[in-house]
Amino acid sequence: MLELQDGVDTWAKAAPVFAALGDPVRLAIVARLCKEGPLPTIEFKQCAGGVSRQGITKHLHVLEEVGLVESDRVGRDRQWRLRARQLAAAREYLDWMSARWDQRLERLRAFVEDGA
Amino acid sequence: MDSDRIEKKIVLKAPLERVWRAISDSARFGTWFGAEIDGPFVAGKVAVGRIAPTEVDAEVARMQEPYRGLRWQVVVERIEPMTLFSFRWHPGAVDPKHDYSNEPMTLVTFELAEVEGGTSLTITESGFDQIPLDRRIAAIKGNDAGWAHQTRLIGKYLALDDQG
Repeated sequence: MLELQDGVDTWAKAAPVFAALGDPVRLAIVARLCKEGPLPTIEFKQCAGGVSRQGITKHLHVLEEVGLVESDRVGRDRQWRLRARQLAAAREYLDWMSARWDQRLERLRAFVEDGA
Repeated sequence: MDSDRIEKKIVLKAPLERVWRAISDSARFGTWFGAEIDGPFVAGKVAVGRIAPTEVDAEVARMQEPYRGLRWQVVVERIEPMTLFSFRWHPGAVDPKHDYSNEPMTLVTFELAEVEGGTSLTITESGFDQIPLDRRIAAIKGNDAGWAHQTRLIGKYLALDDQG
């Protein structure tokens, strides 16, 4: 478990991940990978109306640099997939939402069991 | 683990009718949930209110305090007396500057049944897979205990990184 005093380095390391997700095309790419699993480069064309294949490749490399995606060569193309850390974020989100329902349910319990 | 839905099941030591009212009556719902809701819940209609710190738990109320007055909104879906209440909403929609209206909503369902010693309540929230990833991260970041969760998130992220 990290504590806040673990310092600036830790935070600085995470910042590019959030920054990389700040672009709508890259976000669309990540969303598709999240939903559909590994995909070849060609599949991302519809994520980016009007963006060239080179443009898409550039976006994929930005995501790769911050460690959000990785790729394997498949014939003349590349197959892209999300890295585990990204899935951890999605899982963390659900854990958090789940904990919030636990809190709300305890309040409901107090309300109906103790309340007049 | 199912990434699309959350399910919670509890037995409340209270009669079915009281639990039903606590959930389907918007004023009572707001009391434990922590919102001030305008008007009653009506199937198919939007219910609007504001976040108002819960009266049930002082510590939670303190955590909710910074969000006091923030718009709270659900679209009521089904109201089946003593049995089922459901609504759709934008989970973790706490950024007043962000327009959530074009984003997908999750469906929250309360199912009730009379059991020995009280009332069983099952809450499910589904549709998380449709919520944009940046929104999920922002929800963790922007929340009451945001910093603690943020550090956990980044801790996990770095741990995974170490494992390759």
